[in-house]
Amino acid sequence: MLGLQKLLGARRMPWVFLIPNLTAVLLFSLLPVFINIFYSVTGSDRLFPQERPYVGAANYETLLDCGNYLDPSTCSRDLFWRALGNTLLFVPVQVAAMIGIALFTAICINRDIRGRGFFRGIFFFPVMLSPVVVALTWQWILQRNGALNGLLTAVGLPPVNWLVLPDMAFFWSVFVTVWAHMGFFTIILLAGLQSIPRDVYEAAKMDSASPWRVFTRITLPMLKPTLLVVFILCVIRSVQTFDELYVLTGGGPGSATILIVQFIYETGFAIQPRNFGLAAAASLLLGAVLLVFTVIQLRLARGRSYD
Amino acid sequence: MTELMVRDEQGSILRFLTRRRGKIRADWTDWATYLYLFLGVAIMFAPVLWVVTSSFKTPANLAEFPPTFLPYATETVAVEDYDEPLPLYEVKTEGGETRLLAQVRRVGLRAQMVDPANPEAGRIVVPIADAEPVRRISFTFANYARLLSTSGSDLWLFVYNSLFITVVATIITVIMNSMAAFALSKYRFKGNTVALVAILMTLMIPPTVVLVPTYLIVAELGLVGNLWGVILPTVATPTGVFLLRQYMLTIPDELIEAARMDHASEWRIYWRIMLPLSAPALAVVAIFSILSRWNDFLLPLVVLNRREVYTLQLALASFQDENRIQYDQLLAMTTLTALPLAFAFIFLQRYIASGIASTGIK
Repeated sequence: MLGLQKLLGARRMPWVFLIPNLTAVLLFSLLPVFINIFYSVTGSDRLFPQERPYVGAANYETLLDCGNYLDPSTCSRDLFWRALGNTLLFVPVQVAAMIGIALFTAICINRDIRGRGFFRGIFFFPVMLSPVVVALTWQWILQRNGALNGLLTAVGLPPVNWLVLPDMAFFWSVFVTVWAHMGFFTIILLAGLQSIPRDVYEAAKMDSASPWRVFTRITLPMLKPTLLVVFILCVIRSVQTFDELYVLTGGGPGSATILIVQFIYETGFAIQPRNFGLAAAASLLLGAVLLVFTVIQLRLARGRSYD
Repeated sequence: MTELMVRDEQGSILRFLTRRRGKIRADWTDWATYLYLFLGVAIMFAPVLWVVTSSFKTPANLAEFPPTFLPYATETVAVEDYDEPLPLYEVKTEGGETRLLAQVRRVGLRAQMVDPANPEAGRIVVPIADAEPVRRISFTFANYARLLSTSGSDLWLFVYNSLFITVVATIITVIMNSMAAFALSKYRFKGNTVALVAILMTLMIPPTVVLVPTYLIVAELGLVGNLWGVILPTVATPTGVFLLRQYMLTIPDELIEAARMDHASEWRIYWRIMLPLSAPALAVVAIFSILSRWNDFLLPLVVLNRREVYTLQLALASFQDENRIQYDQLLAMTTLTALPLAFAFIFLQRYIASGIASTGIK
């Protein structure tokens, strides 16, 4: 390595350290964005660029063309609209449930209780499990002859086909993803809670403030920066949900739990002929939606921090 | 668990749990907290535990409804003149007493049984409604044995593939990211801001959005169906660079100056000074990398299209595609896939938690 330094001179050494990383970043993150744009305006089922004719906005038109925008079945790609609709329902519900439950859990663990490390560990445990393991675990619990139905019949209720009924499948898709990722956010929020100085609470106790008042006037405002990080991470991840639901419900029953990423995967890779152009167009639409979300979030965050 | 605690009002566990610093008695909010947390523990942990215990059940036990929590097996007994051990039943006789009998065969709603203590007495016909199988808790490893012996499953190959991807990708990630972080934290040069922004910008690009072009680049490199095809796209993580750079900024520049005085090369400074001093941050980056690579699904699903290069996760998911789900082997394999990380978790829980807490990003 000293030879390299002699050859290039010490001033070029930082680039020697940077080049491997920059190459990987350019090749697998930045370049793909531009290739994606190219894909979205070209057609045919061929992968390699030289074999793909230019089709203009046809892919976007195919995706967005609908007779009646409120009824997915009138759209030329109704699955895209169902996936989009499901995602738009899934994300707010899942994010709200995730942050609500994670915050409540973090506050409970942050109390002056015994076994804090134990509780933190148990709630974090599912984060370690792979999405496939998570999905199969819950499938085993939720199947017709599964443990949950076993518990139901034990108390005299009829068994339910949890993953066959559309509404139930949607509920469980939210439940299982919250179950799997809640611990991650609980730990970040716990760290945020612990960084709030104790004497602020002591002062509130002196003034005999009610717990609710302490929560809304001290905990929430002081936790705002952490909550913002959690919120952004949570939304970005929620939009990208794929693995758990692909294995748990496969997007079904029907198209009740199909999300946008699964649509991209199936259009581009699973369903023959592979339609890379359509998948790329859907990805870019997803990317645009995410970008808008992020910008709005950052604007709101900036606006809030001045008050 | 909660139920047990509430009933155990006078118990010492309870007093132990409710003892508080500075305060003798716990108030109702503490009770509510414990109730919630123990309920949470049950919901978080019971499903996993259920899968693990179920993986030790016999297929007959698995098919039962309502399901049992622990694996049970019918007890058998060896009886003279019979080649196979016979299942043991507890039979209510007409007199109201119970006897232990071994079932020879079953015809319709009647079973022919013998007394294992006295087989010469001949067969006794018993209505099956009066017979209860004698069962005891028994963990059978048959599912695991079958999983390992089935030629179609190639389990060790999948374990190897997963391990190879995880280990190689993590080593490359740690070295590559720390090199970049070193350059971005300890040098002033033209373009350092541009380089940093370029790397951090990739944070904004969700991997799913660039799935199709990533596949194209992997294909152009000739790496479809190759383990390197899922390693290379994942090694340069922006969060890793960011985290390591923040950490390296806290290492004093005087150390580097001193090393330069002693004519150490820049590479030597990186390898001998920066890397050892950044060990805590490197550990966090390594743990994140191991977790993500072991659990990866979408990219391997797209790139690894042959069974020989399947990872454990892909193999596990493909169990489902077959027409009939073989729950016995599926459960065993689920347990096996989760096990390595479960062990890692037990030892690393503290560091993982503090690592996540300190960064707030994955």
